Amino acid sequence: MPLKISYRTINKEFQDKVKEISGQSFYKCFQCGTCAGSCPMSEQMNTTPRKLMALLQLGREVMLDEVNTPWVCASCYTCEVRCPRGIDIPRIMEALRLITLRQNRNQIEPSNLQPEEIIDLPQIAMVSGFRKFTG
Amino acid sequence: MKISYYPGCTLKTRAKNLETSALAAMDALGLEVEELTRWNCCGAVFSLADDDLIHIVAPVRDLIRVKESGHDTVVTLCSMCYNTLARANELMKTDEVKRKTINDFMDEEPDYAGEVRVYHLLDFLRDEIGWDKLKEMVKKPLTDLKVAPYYGCTLLRPADVAIDKPDNPRILHDFLSALGAEVIDFPGALQCCGTYQILGNPEAALSASKDILADATGHGAEALALACPLCDYNLGHKQDIMMTKYDGLKEVPIYYFTQLLAVALGLSSDEVNRFDINRESAKQLLESKSLIA
Repeated sequence: MPLKISYRTINKEFQDKVKEISGQSFYKCFQCGTCAGSCPMSEQMNTTPRKLMALLQLGREVMLDEVNTPWVCASCYTCEVRCPRGIDIPRIMEALRLITLRQNRNQIEPSNLQPEEIIDLPQIAMVSGFRKFTG
Repeated sequence: MKISYYPGCTLKTRAKNLETSALAAMDALGLEVEELTRWNCCGAVFSLADDDLIHIVAPVRDLIRVKESGHDTVVTLCSMCYNTLARANELMKTDEVKRKTINDFMDEEPDYAGEVRVYHLLDFLRDEIGWDKLKEMVKKPLTDLKVAPYYGCTLLRPADVAIDKPDNPRILHDFLSALGAEVIDFPGALQCCGTYQILGNPEAALSASKDILADATGHGAEALALACPLCDYNLGHKQDIMMTKYDGLKEVPIYYFTQLLAVALGLSSDEVNRFDINRESAKQLLESKSLIA
């Protein structure tokens, strides 16, 4: 898909926010795709981690609104141990999640969990799920 | 040598079988562990944001409790607790600026700088007992039991807290070999089970878990051994749903590595192993191999 790039499509403020929260530089990515090839969840993603890095480099905040990648990421760290550029990609995913969650836009509502689910689920599933999907 | 034991929340409820089998096995091995008298939830996942230090306070408090107890080592059984405590410890050891912020924030607590050694029971057994000695202590070798070691994520990644080589671990293989089991190597051993996505995107988690189970049985495994209660939930507890959803998926019992340790040490009672919490096939398989009565 061709992407139009101009000074109007680059959201520098958004790029800076991702860099500040994650402490990582997505500019280091040279698009080798090792992350996408290693990611156990990439089948469920509409945008692979590699492509997401490219969108970040191009400052395409508007397009990132439709990307499900950070919400499907399981923070398994497979991409991080394999990235030849040493980018901690899960931290970039966390930054993208937090930018949304900090606007009180929860991805799951704990109050919607059914009593039988609460009884069934181990605590670590709920604590980690709430940490990743609620603000 | 006395060491602190940090159980974590899930071991007191859904994963009692992990705790009871581990405590009995450690006792049989002559390891003196003392549960922390006060502990809190570690937070289950380590904070990955540079500006979010508040979520690191909880695991650091637990580490301060270890130091207060007079011990210099803490052992955990749950992989997620291990990861969270070990990473918080690394941060307090290496990041001077964040260490100061966290210590200043917790002005009611003594300062902490990563003095405690955080172990998972697996690397503790390797370093303190060793596989040769463990082999000698085995009373009931798990002969003919084809077990696939499943590592998951949090014992191996990121590399700075890995209990073995992150890309080619042998620790669980060696542990199972010492117990006399037939170890089944399979590529899915390091893949993620989908973890907390069972809450956010259950389909994604089940699909990831299904691949792991199919891979293990495809390589001839009769059972999986693991250390994480969330992996156990996705791979074990959710197996019935996966079997109805995905054609050809075979039933496979899931054990905590501590249950196999207890059985191999001759501790076969129901109180120790609590197989009633596992899939029904877990107890049946061991009975069929005459490993438990």
